[in-house]
Amino acid sequence: MDGAEEELTAHQTALYDRQIRVWGVDAQKKLSKAHVLVSGLNGATVEFCKNIVLAGVGSVTLMDDRLVSEEVLGANFLIPLDEYANSNKSVAELCAQSLRNFNHMVGVSFLSGELSQMDGQFFDKFDVVVVCSFSQKDKILINEICRKRQKRIAFYTIDCRDSCGEIFTDLQNYTYMQKKGDERIERQLNYPSLEEAILIPWKDLPRKVTKLFFAMRVLEKFELLEGRKPGETSLADLPSISKLRKDLCEAQGLKESHVADSLLEKLLAAGKMEHPAVCAILGGILGQEVIKAISGKGDPLKNFFYFDAADGKGIIEDISVPSTVTA
Amino acid sequence: MASTSQSEAIKGAKVLMVGAGGIGCELLKTLALSGFQDIHIIDMDTIEVSNLNRQFLFRQSHVGQSKAKVAREAVLKFRPRINITAYHANVKDPQFNVEFFQQFNVVLNGLDNLDARRHVNRLCLAAEVPLVESGTTGFLGQVTVHVKGQTECYECQPKPTPKTYPVCTITSTPSKFVHCIVWAKELLFAKLFGDKNQDNDLNVRHSSNNSEEGNGSSDASKDVFERSPHESSDQYARKIYDHVFGSNIVAALSNEETWKNRRRPRPIYVSDVLPEEERNGGVQSEDAMGSIPSAMESLGLKNPQEIWSLSENTRVFLEAVKLFFEKREKEIGNLTFDKDDQLAVEFVTAAANIRASSFGIPLQSLFEAKGIAGNIVHAVATTNAIIAGLIVIEAIKVLSGDSKNYRMTYCLEHPNRKMMLMPVEPFEANRSCYVCSETPLLLEVNTATTKLRDVIEKVVKSKLGMNLPLVMQGSTLIYEEGDDLDADMVANYAINLDKALTELPTPVTNGTALSVEDLQQELTCNINIKHRDEFDEEKEPDGMVLTGWSGPTTKPEKSNPSSNGESSSAAGVKRKLEEISDLNGKNKGIALEVEVNVEDDDDVSVLAEFPETNKKTRVQ
Repeated sequence: MDGAEEELTAHQTALYDRQIRVWGVDAQKKLSKAHVLVSGLNGATVEFCKNIVLAGVGSVTLMDDRLVSEEVLGANFLIPLDEYANSNKSVAELCAQSLRNFNHMVGVSFLSGELSQMDGQFFDKFDVVVVCSFSQKDKILINEICRKRQKRIAFYTIDCRDSCGEIFTDLQNYTYMQKKGDERIERQLNYPSLEEAILIPWKDLPRKVTKLFFAMRVLEKFELLEGRKPGETSLADLPSISKLRKDLCEAQGLKESHVADSLLEKLLAAGKMEHPAVCAILGGILGQEVIKAISGKGDPLKNFFYFDAADGKGIIEDISVPSTVTA
Repeated sequence: MASTSQSEAIKGAKVLMVGAGGIGCELLKTLALSGFQDIHIIDMDTIEVSNLNRQFLFRQSHVGQSKAKVAREAVLKFRPRINITAYHANVKDPQFNVEFFQQFNVVLNGLDNLDARRHVNRLCLAAEVPLVESGTTGFLGQVTVHVKGQTECYECQPKPTPKTYPVCTITSTPSKFVHCIVWAKELLFAKLFGDKNQDNDLNVRHSSNNSEEGNGSSDASKDVFERSPHESSDQYARKIYDHVFGSNIVAALSNEETWKNRRRPRPIYVSDVLPEEERNGGVQSEDAMGSIPSAMESLGLKNPQEIWSLSENTRVFLEAVKLFFEKREKEIGNLTFDKDDQLAVEFVTAAANIRASSFGIPLQSLFEAKGIAGNIVHAVATTNAIIAGLIVIEAIKVLSGDSKNYRMTYCLEHPNRKMMLMPVEPFEANRSCYVCSETPLLLEVNTATTKLRDVIEKVVKSKLGMNLPLVMQGSTLIYEEGDDLDADMVANYAINLDKALTELPTPVTNGTALSVEDLQQELTCNINIKHRDEFDEEKEPDGMVLTGWSGPTTKPEKSNPSSNGESSSAAGVKRKLEEISDLNGKNKGIALEVEVNVEDDDDVSVLAEFPETNKKTRVQ
């Protein structure tokens, strides 16, 4: 991910003119050397892929072996309807075909298989790993693999449940130059892993942490205990999830009303549905974050981002064990 | 996705999108995915290479084609069963009148200039159609909702006016690089390659200089800028160079008063900069067959980020002039500066740098110079995608009648109270807004000396943003514009234009009430006239003062002349954020670097009259 010595070509300069005016030539060179893996191609990740392919990263590798269905098409604009009809191509292959046309300078490829089954060396090919719609167990597993590699691999999760969305970021130990007026000072951030973050006792968290954080943990736990895939829920699950919420909240020293019924209902009812506008917002935020992490420019998100179309707020939450909060 | 009532509202909605650029591409995609079935889209632009890094519906092979039409085709590939109607046209065209707007349930703007935004705002008010307005600049963006009777209109808050520079700063005393750019682009480029008949301050200065110099070397009628038949393009380029960077500076230096408190500029001649052997023959340009003429290319300069030395700038200047005369001779006389014209950008960069060098101003790279000269947008795909998502969320609220939950949302670069996306409740309408209320305006003007033309151009068109105005005094028509007027009416109006207000057939004097109307925008304003003899030439350069609206705005200090094509009406961001933080009595001075800029591509070009010159008005 080190900046390249060679200059951008005339074509790159012409194509990237407007964004170079935003983040500079050095950032653009670093982008062109970065390799990004995306597993799970839903509305939010498709938006993200569009953004980073346009921005001009070195390569994007897609993983998603599903065949096209109504569910897949929901918020996906990369699959031309006439082409998939008679094909046995995977979602990853169809999306790769479209993305290649967005920017010929980006290497777009696809792989089949389960990311959680890949060995550590596989991950070394990438600078950034993004997973979408993974179970809590697999998210934690993949996060740990990334953390164990010698090179630093930035790890992100992104999930959209209808009008609500969550992004998690782990940049491990991340050093960057922060702009303070005209000065630049070196800043270091220490990120907890996903497992560390969600194991922090709830009562130790600031009182104003968005309720969505807790609701998403209840939902993930529910899916885990019931052996459901992410989003395999419906309103019929409300009684059992309410009970789980009560147990979890009480075990954490919080009242069960801390996570409102209406919020749980909304997330259960959403199932696998994605709100395309919310996908665009989440994919946009994640795109910016990945560009920041690669280029070392700008304050990166630490470590959760939430959006809910109901109130329109896009919130950053720092859920870290106290020792990692301070730089 | 949404609730049943929401999805019904979406399915039944007919929406108009204005703009198919950075925000427009993202918006059309998100609307289609969200289930909208009937979308109309207007955009007059064609696709350019520098669009392709973010306007993802377009490909290299589409360059030159209509944005609206290509965007339509691209979206139909993944949502073939919806109706998209594309108009490759200007939203200000008469076909898009109030009746046209009335057919829509909501109008969504993804525009890049103030003028069109104001026009659409007025049509939405007249047609009583809700408007969702948007803008982005780099990582910043905003979405606002404007519904007549419920929220403020887009024009309730004054927008920043284009940055203007006093003429003498540009012609005689530049102190910033941007002044050199304006000079190179508006004066020198226009003089050499544009319309020769246009009034141009290079011309004015030149003739007055000659008389001051009194060296008798040239008679006043002979124009240095005329190329004589026996002159080679190379000789001509050198003559121009020595004149504008050499003898003109010498002439300016003779005015000691000017330099009392200023650093004196240094005259530069070709012979000072280039070695002897280059001075006569000129550079040998390798002719790249079939490619676009480029001075950089002929000179082997590759990196647009690099700052050229004075001698490199000199070579580029001479080579660019030569290439214009040898390769693009047919266009000479009709050219206007275009940021996508490589040779024009090279010429302007070199000329601005040589002038900067003369005045001790740091030089800039072609990349930077191009940004300043072209008022280039700072734009990234991600912000546009986020803003388009927010537009759709507001549009759905508008369509399902959820007015309690309308929000204006700001997309920030640095979080404010943990928020990157910050929603606030819409503002109420400004009761003194001349657009959405009937409050009359007050125009102070010297009615004995000011011509009707000045009132029409500087007030009615420029300040009030009217397109085809009609001016009435009581029931008498004073002035009117439009395609369907009789020839004798047109002639009559033309005569009126050159008359002072008191000399009009129905004289306009102190206390007169004028009614100004734009039929297409269905906007009427009443203007009360107050006579005043004197105006402060520095503070009131128009010689007129219009009040009654929320008053003038000044741009924040940190403004930058490069401007935003797909920009927000960014001044609003700062004002509103300050208000929000004021509400809480803390968080003052949010670290928000709003690049407040004016939107049009030609903003930098606007020159204000220099206060100390004679009372010569430009329009005569």
